Amino acid sequence: MNPLPQRAREVGGQVAARHADAVDRDARFPAEAFAALADARLLGAMVPRDFGGEGATLADIAAVCHELAQHCPSTGMIYAMHQIQVACLVQHGQQSAWHRTLLERLAAEQLLLASATTEAGIGGDVRSSSCAVEASGGRFRLEKNASVISYGEAADGILVTARRTPDSPASDQVIVAVLKDDCRLEPTIGWDTLGMRGTCSMGYRLTAEAGTEQILPLPYADISARTMLPATHILWASMWLGIATDAVGRARAFVRSEARKKPGSTPPGALRLAEATTLLNQMRAGIVGAVRQYEEALDDADRLTSMGFAVAMNTLKVGAAQTLVRIVEQALLVCGLNGYRNDSEYSVARHLRDAHSAPLMISNDRILGNTANLLLVHKDTMGLFG
Amino acid sequence: MRATAWTALGNEAAEEAVSMDTTIREILADSGWLAVDVATLSVEDDLYAAGLTSHGSVNLMLALEERFDIEFPEQLLRRRTFESIAAIREAVSSLRAGIAGA
Repeated sequence: MNPLPQRAREVGGQVAARHADAVDRDARFPAEAFAALADARLLGAMVPRDFGGEGATLADIAAVCHELAQHCPSTGMIYAMHQIQVACLVQHGQQSAWHRTLLERLAAEQLLLASATTEAGIGGDVRSSSCAVEASGGRFRLEKNASVISYGEAADGILVTARRTPDSPASDQVIVAVLKDDCRLEPTIGWDTLGMRGTCSMGYRLTAEAGTEQILPLPYADISARTMLPATHILWASMWLGIATDAVGRARAFVRSEARKKPGSTPPGALRLAEATTLLNQMRAGIVGAVRQYEEALDDADRLTSMGFAVAMNTLKVGAAQTLVRIVEQALLVCGLNGYRNDSEYSVARHLRDAHSAPLMISNDRILGNTANLLLVHKDTMGLFG
Repeated sequence: MRATAWTALGNEAAEEAVSMDTTIREILADSGWLAVDVATLSVEDDLYAAGLTSHGSVNLMLALEERFDIEFPEQLLRRRTFESIAAIREAVSSLRAGIAGA
């Protein structure tokens, strides 16, 4: 098999790119891209070799997200969200027989996983649940009014958060893997949005009945801090970098075509292109730094659950989301009306619409508020290289 | 003689632990960060299962720093340090011992 980034480039350039406009226009799941990703065995790549996967690292997967998002951001985002669930199973499911079998199936059947972490009435705080696991005789029942389950209908399984028992406080959560046959989804809210239209992030009332062995053994608080939080922020930021990279690429192509028309004079947009490139490099450096911090902390639960690590991942997300919007705005100014048009080869209209989702997905304001709270006690003791 | 001295020291340490547990319980009871009555918890019970959130744990830390005149170093700012009354006591004791020895 070819290396991961090469396979991602092929799927992105040859399949995802071809259907990106239709996916955006019709707000539909990028089915062609995901069939191609499964064929290229990119969905189960992070599963360890012992379970039939390739043992790809989070950095490998981040590179795939970056590649896919340059062609179809909805494909990149769905891929990122799927891999966040896979990462949780790889890191925290290997001690449990049921989840080991699921890991094998992820690799063999290239299953697609979604997540149901947000809940109506909770206000976007994924570290609180109102619904609870109701267990009896080795089986459990769970009913969740999930305000968002992205690509829920296309997924083969969903990782759902809930209170550990009906008597548990809102913050004492578990996460449980339910398969398509274990659950019923009734749509409650549609998905007709400005951008990221292909993620089909609709609301559902989810009802699941399954075996208690499907509950991941570690508390969700730990899974969240050690894996879900860093994987989310790293993969989302990498995917956003893909959008920014393509927008800057279009701005560069525009400036170059202007320069060719009048050799000897630098086009006015060239300076802004240089500014956008500066931001792009800052964004990339932030992601590379965060990936390095994650890899250094990976085998050390204490480091992963430390405040310093949470602050680092939070600031990665907020910074990457803000920078993405600024980069695409700069690219639009460079390309002018050609960038504003939907039908020009220099169009960054979809980039702009997609980019504006970044500060809203786990609201930057919520994350800044959380970080501000941590800074009341956190001390920055890091040297230049960690 | 030696045995007696050890026993005496042991009692003193045990008394200090009990008094510190009481203070920690007072802070937890006053704060409203837990979803259950702190009196129902043993020193080993998981405070996160009792409703302590990460937001609550930051405020708990600030209250402990104020009450015991200590400052938690970065390496102690992690989930496990505040997971039970016993874990908090251990962290606070080690910091106070450090201060005394300085």
